[in-house]
Amino acid sequence: MVYSVEVNVMLRPAILDVQGKTVENALGSLGYSDAASVRIGKHITLELEADSEESARERAEEIAAKVLSNPVMEDFVVHVSQAAAEAE
Amino acid sequence: MKIGVVVFPGSNCDHDAYWALKENVGVTPEFLFHKEHDLKGSDAIILPGGFSYGDYLRSGAIARFSPIMREVIAFAEKGGPVMGICNGFQVLCEAGLLPGALAKNRNLRFVCKKTNIRVERNDTIFTGELSEGEVLAIPVAHGEGNYFADEETLRELEENRQILFRYCDSQGNVTEEANPNGSQSNIAGLVNREGNVLGMMPHPERACDPMLGSDDGLGIFRSLIASLQSVSA
Repeated sequence: MVYSVEVNVMLRPAILDVQGKTVENALGSLGYSDAASVRIGKHITLELEADSEESARERAEEIAAKVLSNPVMEDFVVHVSQAAAEAE
Repeated sequence: MKIGVVVFPGSNCDHDAYWALKENVGVTPEFLFHKEHDLKGSDAIILPGGFSYGDYLRSGAIARFSPIMREVIAFAEKGGPVMGICNGFQVLCEAGLLPGALAKNRNLRFVCKKTNIRVERNDTIFTGELSEGEVLAIPVAHGEGNYFADEETLRELEENRQILFRYCDSQGNVTEEANPNGSQSNIAGLVNREGNVLGMMPHPERACDPMLGSDDGLGIFRSLIASLQSVSA
């Protein structure tokens, strides 16, 4: 079975996100001063061949921890679902 | 004696390192391609600066998994001297050979300028020919050189005297103004606990010839060569 995997990688909350901060300042200067706490991360999608959703999740977590994120600075969240074509 | 300079796709200081070693230091190194599986008997390894794999995902993140890195990691774990410059430093952090990580520069800009760094200790294989407290003028050129580690790691780095170079002013004072990228504790370069793996953001290979404005980088390479000679002697 093919599973769709989405991984969101974000800088840890304790780490100053200079990109987010810069965008936040730009938003303020454009009149969106009601926007706050802008943080910028990465959204990664991939497909995984696996026997079950659980094993797909396990595999995806491993990939995210080992390659897609740097544990020193980043956290990640993994979402696994059945690939669209197969779900039909 | 053999020094291996690793070439990743996107390395762009590999030839600078080669030139500096050959022409200025007097030791002709050998290039090691990222797809190779052996270090060809190298006595020391240099991971040069550049943008390996286009800095895709994170700087150094893909290079860290290239075939040659498996050998470099094994070599380093056996005590072999490894020196990572700029992108090479990022690769060493990604590979877990050095603690911490290099985040985007605090001002979000790519910073390319001459910096001063202070030698924090001279009892390592990379600084034996230098004096403690000596100020070296060596340029930086990076967008992600903002050294980050959690507080516990920073404390360990200080306790174990792993910080080898700090950004400073021309008098050797470690100041906020002298910090080009926001690095914690002005860290410009550090070694692992065993002292055989060095990572530094400034480019000593670009400061090995008076024609380039500074030859302060020579002392680092000469220290390494001297330590290798004393081992083989």
